[in-house]
Amino acid sequence: MKNSIVVSLCAVLFGLLAGAVLMLATGHNAVEGYRFLFQGGLKNAERIGNTLAIATPLIFSGLAVAFAFRTGLFNIGVAGQLLFGAFCASVVGIHLDVPRILLLPLMLIAGALGGAVWAVVPGLLKARFNVHEVVSSIMMNWIGFWAVYYGVRTFIKNPSSETESKPLPEAATLKTHWMTDLFQGSFINMGLLVAIVVVILIAFIIAKTTFGYELKAVGYNRSAAEYAGIAVNRSIVYSMAISGAIAGLGGVALYAGNANNIEIGILPSQGFDGIAVSLLGANHPLGVLLSAIFFGLLYSGRGFMNAMTDIPPEIADSIIAIIIYFSATSVLIERLLRRFVRRKNQAAAGDAGEGKVK
Amino acid sequence: MWGTIEQIFPYAIVFTIPLLITALGGLFSERSGIVNIGLEGLMIVGAFAGSFTIFKLRALHPKADWVLWVGLLAAVVAGMVFSLLHAFASINLSADQVISGTAINMIAGAITVFMARNMTGSGNIRVQSFAPYDIPFLHKIPVLGPLFFTRTYSTTWLILAVLAISAVVLYKTPFGLRLRACGEHPHAAEAAGVNVRRMRYIGVLISGAFAGIGGAIIILTYAGEFTGSVSGLGFLALAALIFGQWRPLGVLAATLFFGFATTVANVSQVIPSLSDVPPVVLKIFPYVVTLLALIVFSKNSRAPKAAGEPFDSGKR
Repeated sequence: MKNSIVVSLCAVLFGLLAGAVLMLATGHNAVEGYRFLFQGGLKNAERIGNTLAIATPLIFSGLAVAFAFRTGLFNIGVAGQLLFGAFCASVVGIHLDVPRILLLPLMLIAGALGGAVWAVVPGLLKARFNVHEVVSSIMMNWIGFWAVYYGVRTFIKNPSSETESKPLPEAATLKTHWMTDLFQGSFINMGLLVAIVVVILIAFIIAKTTFGYELKAVGYNRSAAEYAGIAVNRSIVYSMAISGAIAGLGGVALYAGNANNIEIGILPSQGFDGIAVSLLGANHPLGVLLSAIFFGLLYSGRGFMNAMTDIPPEIADSIIAIIIYFSATSVLIERLLRRFVRRKNQAAAGDAGEGKVK
Repeated sequence: MWGTIEQIFPYAIVFTIPLLITALGGLFSERSGIVNIGLEGLMIVGAFAGSFTIFKLRALHPKADWVLWVGLLAAVVAGMVFSLLHAFASINLSADQVISGTAINMIAGAITVFMARNMTGSGNIRVQSFAPYDIPFLHKIPVLGPLFFTRTYSTTWLILAVLAISAVVLYKTPFGLRLRACGEHPHAAEAAGVNVRRMRYIGVLISGAFAGIGGAIIILTYAGEFTGSVSGLGFLALAALIFGQWRPLGVLAATLFFGFATTVANVSQVIPSLSDVPPVVLKIFPYVVTLLALIVFSKNSRAPKAAGEPFDSGKR
């Protein structure tokens, strides 16, 4: 546990260093770049609110990936699940005429269900036919991409735009006045509160329940779990369903919280960033929360940085991608750390030895 | 009907070729035992390197045709260099190959746009493409002529030649045998004196080279502009690899299928017999078929047995 924190921090450090090298190599001032990047995400209450809002969908997508990881499944289909969940929630939000106190929970349920349906397909294929979930969930991403593309045009068509869905009425979004006022006009919304509740819930399920124990057992060693009497196939399907449901909630937070309509013709990058968030957070719910906020900070500060300097905003994406590469190659960091520790020990031993001679 | 087929056939081929070469690259990598989910990113890198090189050289040599070929070469080199990241992580560090590949995809997507924005501001690089041409005499052959020899690109023939050479290398040379052995039984291969790590490096480097040229061919044939994405073609190539059951001719058939399915979906509105089909059905058709194929092949998949597993020569 302590080790994985050190590895994650090293990965972040290396990522930021590589980002600096990238800025220098393209003829920019790296110190200035980072100053504006972090100012842009933290300077005042509004910007902090925006940072948290941008982090919200990442918390969901990171948690979705992390949860499936615990069962040994690589859910690379979060983007599609998120998109389809958001689509289901938006259809409910636009077409259902009920009071807000009912509408928002119904939208969240619709989003979770939509995401779950999209994730259950790879889960079932894995459990029943042993089809690798990575390939099948990539296919589901593109099926979701086109299903939502035409679904939006059919069910929630925007009369004035070809690339967006019809905007949700204000009552059907997660925005509230008290949060907007608290953060002085930021687009922060109740999605963050839902995210925190889900983080706690998932942390509890993983750590404290029999169900969570079974999922983890399947993730550690499938054969051993089966031998111990755990229904492995059922665990796989449940794990994917819950992972997809979390992703679907993220879709609601993204498209009915931060935004108020769905942009079509694009797979939401938050889905793939979820892999990064989960990896950096060592697949732990709390780690996911923290790394999502860190990535949210990079994403929210890049606009300000781009306005104040001429560093392209993609520097944030580059830094995140490099951090992921270093997390993926954590063996390298561990080896370096071990060498560092050994050298320190040797030095200490050397001092002690010299002491004896004297 | 025939007229329609004659019209869409050349487009389908043009669309198939980048997919084919990328999937073929993936084939070398997976046959050597390394799953390469980073094909998408490697294509983007190739597309960028090609566009960048041509953009810069074009300023110096406005008329020369060889500039485009130098661009292709740059794409090959860039793809290889970039694939080293994946090779190092998965061969030397025993990293999870799927995660490393995902990292490759993210790095490629971010850094290329970052670099492109430093050049052009918008992040898009527009370059001149190859011009399609009719092959003299051959295009007059009835039936075959209009299908295969009209509006073709030199790159198409180059890639088909690479396919033929690859098939021979894989199945008829000692190198091919050793490469395949590393993907099936790496320990047996090592016992027979094969350097498994080196073979896997070669496999990954070939996938980088092929995916790189595949990405550049997209720009130099039908796209004409680098936009920082290859819209999921790398993933589709991965699907084609599985669909084609890790064999060169299977991959050719699978990529042709995807090429046609996509082209038909793109032009369905103007084809009378297809305009009644909802477009969403045609768009998702290739992906649904892939899912079904995965189920059908799941019973006796020919996936390389050791693909995706880190090689540990101490483990028996």
